[in-house]
Amino acid sequence: MIPAAFDYIRPSTVEDAVNALADAGEEGKVLAGGQSLLPVLRLRLAAPALLVDLGGLSQLRGIREDGDMLVIGAMTTHAELAASSVPLLAQVAATVGDRQVRHRGTLGGSLSHADPAGDLPTAAVALDAQMVLAGPHGRRTVAASDFFVDLFTTALAPDELLIEVRVPKLQGWQTHYTKVGRTAQAWATVAVAAAVRRENGSIAQARVALTNMGPTPVRASAVEQALAGVAVDGDAIAAAAAHAAEGTAPASDTTASAEYRSHLAKVLTRRALLAAVGR
Amino acid sequence: MSGLFEEIHEQPAADVPTRRVSITVNGDKRVAQVEPRLLLAHLLRQGLKLTGTHTGCDTTNCGACTVLFDGKPIKSCTMLAVQADGHEVTTVEGLAGASELHPIQEGFKDEHGLQCGFCTPGMMLAAKALLEENPDPTEDEVRWALSGNLCRCTGYQNIVKSVMWAAKKMQAQSAS
Repeated sequence: MIPAAFDYIRPSTVEDAVNALADAGEEGKVLAGGQSLLPVLRLRLAAPALLVDLGGLSQLRGIREDGDMLVIGAMTTHAELAASSVPLLAQVAATVGDRQVRHRGTLGGSLSHADPAGDLPTAAVALDAQMVLAGPHGRRTVAASDFFVDLFTTALAPDELLIEVRVPKLQGWQTHYTKVGRTAQAWATVAVAAAVRRENGSIAQARVALTNMGPTPVRASAVEQALAGVAVDGDAIAAAAAHAAEGTAPASDTTASAEYRSHLAKVLTRRALLAAVGR
Repeated sequence: MSGLFEEIHEQPAADVPTRRVSITVNGDKRVAQVEPRLLLAHLLRQGLKLTGTHTGCDTTNCGACTVLFDGKPIKSCTMLAVQADGHEVTTVEGLAGASELHPIQEGFKDEHGLQCGFCTPGMMLAAKALLEENPDPTEDEVRWALSGNLCRCTGYQNIVKSVMWAAKKMQAQSAS
């Protein structure tokens, strides 16, 4: 399968990339690692006139500290993230696709693609990540919860680029990501990201986010509320996890029914929380 | 498909935008004039006649087209040739030395690691990347490292044995 013809540029600055996108209007498309875009182009589900390859923007690659935050460049690959010590994101990145995909695929690409079965969008929502976007009129920061708008749809304008992702260091938190897929390399049927902060033997604060339980990643707010202040105890965690599917809208497809996804959400929320607290 | 061959020949059609790429393939610098849409797998197979790189599923699933890109395994059907400009690529043709097989190839021969052989080039390159990173893997680690490579003959038992065989041989070689 061969993509439709397109023109190609590989800018060396963010400004050049943004200007090229602005000139191309709706006809431009950003190429990061290409692990989602190239399959789409090969199937001719999209046929942009111009690809703007970010592969030359080495300044968007790598992880740095900024006070209480970690700042991850959008072109950091899943393999690089998996080898890092970024809380939650390192573990999540190690579960994306397979080894080959992780060497090419990038954090920024995965977030911008916004696949409802994507793992990294869920981690971003669980961490309350801040997305830094660059456009022709400068930069703006968008909260992860506002970034994911709908199925494969983000707050990015056609002439904007996601350039970096800011996440809290979460010192003193325990995190875990639990995923069920049909095969080792499959997209998540359902997955759950959990982060827990303990104080004096009980759960002071919990963050739980769900993958593939609707068109965008969602926080399991009812679970988070049920966990606040409870003892770190298997029964209490199981009782809270029973709320995981509340307010969600999972799809039914050839992999799983909505009912099965709702069941999985509860089971995996319990498992993710127990694994996070080391039970 | 005929248009594609023109793209990677020296004189492409005038109305097609092309780019000149320079890629080090198995140690040799190769230069080609390509259309931006040309996939690396197609440049290797049709442009450079390195047909050991197989294209299986064309959907980034099967891993038959796996090559090493700057030493790391990637799926060459999911990379544009223009993205490889200035980089190093190793294909299955680059595995063996002048007179002897690579230990991974020997392992696949000795342990019957192939049936139809279609997935084998990708399996061997994924295995090479694993053994460079982890010279003494467990069976489980081999299985995880190969989880992006599918064998439709389902000959996984012997593929894993072949990689374990190669790991032992390579360790013995580096110890001696």
